Amino acid sequence: MSEKVLMKGNEAIAEAAILAGCRHYFGYPITPQTEIAAYMAKKMPKINGTFLQAESEIAAINMVYGVASTGKRVMTSSSSPGIALKCEGISYLAGADLPALIVNVQRGGPGLGGIQPSQSDYHLATKGPGHGDFHVLCFAPASVQEMADLTAHAFECAEKYRMPSMLLADGTLGQMMEPVVLPKPSDAGKYDNSWAVTGTNNERKHNIINSLYLSPAELEKLNFERYERYEQIKKDEPMWEEYLMDDAEICVVSYGITARISRNAVDEARKQGIKVGMIRPITVWPFPVEPLKKAADKVERFICVELNMGQMKDDIELAIHCKKPVDLCIRTGGMLPSPDEVLAVIKK
Amino acid sequence: MAKFNKPKSLTDAVFHYCPGCTHGIVHRLVAEAIDELGIEGKTIGVAPVGCSVMAYNYFTCDMIQAAHGRAPAVATGVKRSLPDHIVFTYQGDGDLASIGLCETVSAAARGENITVIFINNAIYGMTGGQMAPTSLIGQVTQTSPYGRDAATQGMPIKISELLATLEAPSYITRVTVNNVKNVRNAKAAIKKAFQNQVEGKGFSLVEVVSNCPTNWGMTPEKSLQWIDTHMLPYYPLGVYKDKDAEDKNNG
Amino acid sequence: MADFNIIIAGFGGQGILFSGKVLACAGLLEDRNLSWLPSYGPEMRGGTANCSVVLSDKPVGSPIVERPNVLMVMNEPSLDKFEDLVVPGGKIFVDSSLIPRKVKRDDVEAFYVPATKLAADNGLKGLANMILLGNLIRHTGCIKEDGIADALHQAIPARKIDLFNSNMNAISMGFEY
Repeated sequence: MSEKVLMKGNEAIAEAAILAGCRHYFGYPITPQTEIAAYMAKKMPKINGTFLQAESEIAAINMVYGVASTGKRVMTSSSSPGIALKCEGISYLAGADLPALIVNVQRGGPGLGGIQPSQSDYHLATKGPGHGDFHVLCFAPASVQEMADLTAHAFECAEKYRMPSMLLADGTLGQMMEPVVLPKPSDAGKYDNSWAVTGTNNERKHNIINSLYLSPAELEKLNFERYERYEQIKKDEPMWEEYLMDDAEICVVSYGITARISRNAVDEARKQGIKVGMIRPITVWPFPVEPLKKAADKVERFICVELNMGQMKDDIELAIHCKKPVDLCIRTGGMLPSPDEVLAVIKK
Repeated sequence: MAKFNKPKSLTDAVFHYCPGCTHGIVHRLVAEAIDELGIEGKTIGVAPVGCSVMAYNYFTCDMIQAAHGRAPAVATGVKRSLPDHIVFTYQGDGDLASIGLCETVSAAARGENITVIFINNAIYGMTGGQMAPTSLIGQVTQTSPYGRDAATQGMPIKISELLATLEAPSYITRVTVNNVKNVRNAKAAIKKAFQNQVEGKGFSLVEVVSNCPTNWGMTPEKSLQWIDTHMLPYYPLGVYKDKDAEDKNNG
Repeated sequence: MADFNIIIAGFGGQGILFSGKVLACAGLLEDRNLSWLPSYGPEMRGGTANCSVVLSDKPVGSPIVERPNVLMVMNEPSLDKFEDLVVPGGKIFVDSSLIPRKVKRDDVEAFYVPATKLAADNGLKGLANMILLGNLIRHTGCIKEDGIADALHQAIPARKIDLFNSNMNAISMGFEY
C-alpha cells in the first residue's frame, strides 16, 4: 500500500497531475487556487516541465491549447471569474477535439463576488463553458483523496474522448488538508494521438488543429458526431456514490463539499430514526441519471443541497422526470450550510 | 535558366485571397524561408482569425488555427512542448495589435523563441473593412466613415516601435512588399526571423506593411502606390531592434 | 478514542494554522481520520486566522467545525466569536497573557496559560502557540503524547527544521504547565 500523506486539496491536484505525466502548467494568480500554481512553480523546473505564469487567464488557456495540440498532457487552474475568461479557449479546445484539464476551485459570484467557497459555476461547467454546442467532462471531488484520484481520471477520460475535462472543486476542498494516498504514475499515450501537430518530419501530410468549418454542412456533421460521443459518455462515464439508500424514503442529492456536510446531517437524521440516504454525483456531467431514476420509484422526495441558488435542481428533476418533489437546501458563496440546516430540511 | 517554382512548403490549394492582395506574396516568402532553412518537417504554424484564418490550408507544415489574438499564447504552448521545433504565427493587425495586443507584448517581453509574421494593412479585411488599430488618421473605413479622427479614435499603433522598447526581443523589423526591391528585403527579413529561431535567439517579429485593395477601394496597383504615399510615411521601414547588430556594435 | 472537533483561533502571524497542522500530522501518524481546514483570504494577512481540525475514528464528514469540543484562542475577538459554539463539557484553552477576560460559560472547562509571557520569559519568542498547544494536548489527550515529536517533525517545513528543538521545548513547557 502506498503511503498516506497530508496534503491540501490544491496541492493534491498538482501532485496528482505530475504523477499523471502532466509536464505543462499555465496559470494566472487567483484565490483560492493559487497553491496549485505555487506547487507547479516549485516542482516543474525540477522535472524538466513547464510552469508559466501567463499574462492572463485567456493567454493561459490558449497556451494549454498549444500544448494540447501537440498531444501532451497539459492543464490550467483557476477560480470562477478566471474560468469565465477561459471559456472562449475551452470552446476552442472542444471545437478542435483537444484533451486538456481545467481545474476550477470555485468561489462566490457573480462578478468579482467573493473569495469564499462556492458551487455557483455548476451551470457553466455542466451545460458547456463557452460558446457553441459542446460539453466538458466534469468531475466534482468531495475529498482531498478524490481531488487526486479524479485529476488522474480526468486526464485519462479527456484523452479517451478527445475533449476537455474540468475538475469542479471549491475553496474549501482546495484549502483543506486530509490524508491522501497519491495515485500511481500514469501517462498519456494510451489512446491514438496521430492527430497531434508534432512536425510532419516530411513523412506525412500535415496535421491541422482547427475549429473553423465555413461549410455549414461540414460543421453540422462534426457537431452530430461529437454529440454521438457524448451519448456514449452518458452511458459509460457517470460516477456517483450512494449512501444509506437501500431503505431510504428521502434522498439527499449533493456533490463536493456540501455532500460532506449533508453526510453529517444524514447520519444525525438516521440516529433520530429518519430513513434518509444520499446520492452524491461524482461526475456532474455526465449527470448520474440512472441512480436517481431508480430512487424516484422508492423515495418520497429529494433534497438538493448546494452552495449556489439550486442550479442542480433542474438536472435532478430531469433525471426523475419530475416524479417526486425536489426541495432545496441552498446557501451561496462562503455561507456553507450547517448539518443542522440540512437536517431541518430533511425533517420538514 | 532557373524555373520559377512554387515553394515546397506551400500546398496546391488555391489561395482564397482577393486579387492583388499581398498575403499571397508574404505566404510565398514564408514558405521560401522554410524551404531554404530545410525546416518544413519540424515547423508548426499558427494561423490567426482574420483574412489569413485559413492559412492552415496553404502551408505543408503542421498547422494550428488559434482564437482571435491568441496566436502568440498558442505558439508559446507549442514551443514549450516542442522546444526543438520551429513555431511561427501569422497574424493581421486586428488580431495582433488590437484584441491580441496583450499576448503579443507578453510573448515579446518573455523573449519567447518564436517567429511572428505581422501583416499590417490598416484595416479589418475579413469582416469587411472596419477601422483597425493601425488605420491611418483620416482613413475612411466602415466604422470610421468620416475618416479616423484622432480626437475620438486615437492614433494608430506603431507595433514595431512599441515592441522595440522591450528588452527581450531579438529582432523587430518593418518591411513592405509593394515592389520587387521591397519584396527581396522582406524575404531577407523573414528568413532572418526564422533563422534566429533556429539559432535559439528568441522573439523575432517582421511587420509587413501590406495592402487591401478590396477594402481600401482601390485597384491593386493603386493600393501598392498608396503604401508608398500614405502608409510608409507613418510606418517607416527599417530595423527597430536587432540584438545581432547590437552585439556586433558592442564588440 | 473520542472524536475531537477542534477550533484554533487568533491573529494571523501567531502560528494558528501551524498549531492545527501539528495536530493533523499527529492524526496522520496515528492513522486516524482527520481534516484540517484553514480560514483563508485577506484575513490571513494580519487579520484574524482560524483553523478547524477534526480527528475521528470514522470517516470525516464535514471538515467545518460548527460545534467544537476543543477551542484554543490566542486573542479576545476569537474568544468572543467562538466561546458560545463550544459544546457543553468542552474545553477552552486561553492565552491569558493576551486575553484579559475569563471564559463566561460555566458548562465548559477553561484552561488559562500565559503562553505569550512564558514564551518571552524563556527565550521562546513567537512560540506561544506551541506552549498553549502543549497544554491542550495534555488536557484533551486528542493526540498521543509519544507521537508529538514525530508530528512536529513532519509539520515543520524542511527549510525551518532548525526550529524543531525550540518548538518541541515550547510544547513540553505547555504540557508541564
